[in-house]
Amino acid sequence: MTAVNDVTFEVRKGETFAFLGPNGAGKTTTIKMLTTVLRPTSGTLELDGLSPVTDSTEVRKRFGVVFQDPSLDSELTAWENIDIHGVLYHMPRRLRRERGETLLKLFELWDRRNDLVKTFSGGMRRRLEIARGLLHTPKVLFLDEPTQGLDPQSRNQMWTIVKNLNASEGVTVFLTTHYMDEADRVANRIAIIDHGKIVATGSSAELKQQTGTDSLEAAFLKLTGTTIRDETFSAEDRMRQVSRVWRR
Amino acid sequence: MNVVCILWLREVKKYLRSKAQIVASLGTPLMYLAVLGFGLGPVFRRAGEGSYLQFMAPGVIGMTVLFTAMFSGIAMLWDRQFGFLKETLVAPVPRVQIMMGRTLGGATVAMLQGTIIFAVTLVAGFRPASVVAVLAAFLIIALIAVVFSALATAIGSSLKEMQGFQMVMNFLVMPLWFLSGALYPLQGLPAALAVLTRVDPLTYGIDGVRGTMIGASHFGIPFDVGVLLAVGVLFVTAGAWRFSKIEV
Repeated sequence: MTAVNDVTFEVRKGETFAFLGPNGAGKTTTIKMLTTVLRPTSGTLELDGLSPVTDSTEVRKRFGVVFQDPSLDSELTAWENIDIHGVLYHMPRRLRRERGETLLKLFELWDRRNDLVKTFSGGMRRRLEIARGLLHTPKVLFLDEPTQGLDPQSRNQMWTIVKNLNASEGVTVFLTTHYMDEADRVANRIAIIDHGKIVATGSSAELKQQTGTDSLEAAFLKLTGTTIRDETFSAEDRMRQVSRVWRR
Repeated sequence: MNVVCILWLREVKKYLRSKAQIVASLGTPLMYLAVLGFGLGPVFRRAGEGSYLQFMAPGVIGMTVLFTAMFSGIAMLWDRQFGFLKETLVAPVPRVQIMMGRTLGGATVAMLQGTIIFAVTLVAGFRPASVVAVLAAFLIIALIAVVFSALATAIGSSLKEMQGFQMVMNFLVMPLWFLSGALYPLQGLPAALAVLTRVDPLTYGIDGVRGTMIGASHFGIPFDVGVLLAVGVLFVTAGAWRFSKIEV
């Protein structure tokens, strides 16, 4: 099955770029290829001038990623998760401590640093994942549906912090989301992907103008249609479903 | 701290924090000790083979190490489905280091579990030859732990669903245990069974532990250690190779 085909786009340094599309459009596959998790069968990828295929180790130093599904170890504390990340990115102990403290304070998790992650709410886990993704001062931060399942307060807080970091540290943000208001609020430019192909690229205003609509959601629906998309369930998806039921 | 150490430490911390798992995993070995150890003891003695508990205790320790080490494969499946593995796979470190950290962590946990069961066998009446014999036996137990943790890593890297691991338990782990000579002497077996016991690496592990602890080895301790080392190298190589192919 071809997940993405003939996709071409460019993200500028320091911008916040939203990658939108219906379920199964190819967003996560694209992120997986950019983050070296999947190898593309053809085409060229470049991140900060390096190929994720041939220079994967160097590329990995340059990005942080928050995956669609949680990737924290819930049996460890927040600090232990941060510390492991720092070691994996070869950060000296002192730098790990200083940067970890700064980020946990910024994301309002410092007081809970010694608590097990399994005691955290969904919003706290997401904030911790973003803090962890930023620990090694990456040039690019990938956020794959980071606000899925979060309440409006948590979403608002998260995007405010990400926007501030984008401004203060100049980190390029590449995000996917199903919430059009979020993309409208934080993204400088937006690409819309459907059936594995880019169907439009531009700022929110340009997409609205291009489609003759007055909201990003209307523009999105005009470009991708109103048919509901069914995603194929992978083994991982089935396992996650079992896990969710289990946790309840 | 390097990558291998921090991932090793993660496994050990998680084990030490999961009191329920520690207690639950003692159930099967204790049942074998109590039911078979004491139940078959009189028959064994009447057959002129001495104390069955003395004979069986190294086998039960081996069983504990085998089961715990193999369960580290399940832990990897869990990490693969619910996130943490992704965090390590996108880090700028060679996958072989991640694999080694996990494998050594799994092996350490298996050894800790084996140590608890060893203490239980002492309470039950098992008497090793000397303290030096126990120390030598634990070197062989460490080898068994590494061999089967590496095998679990290779299997865990190749499977995508938990159900697959159930099959591994039924068609690989249980036969490994029953064919290892843990419950019966290796002398005078039917030809087919004798061949099967000789292709089971656990046979050499338990024979080595029995040889060092009570001085009753079938193959000779140097031969046992040689086979375990060779199989260990093979399984670690296979584990590293399978782990390098993981896609999430």
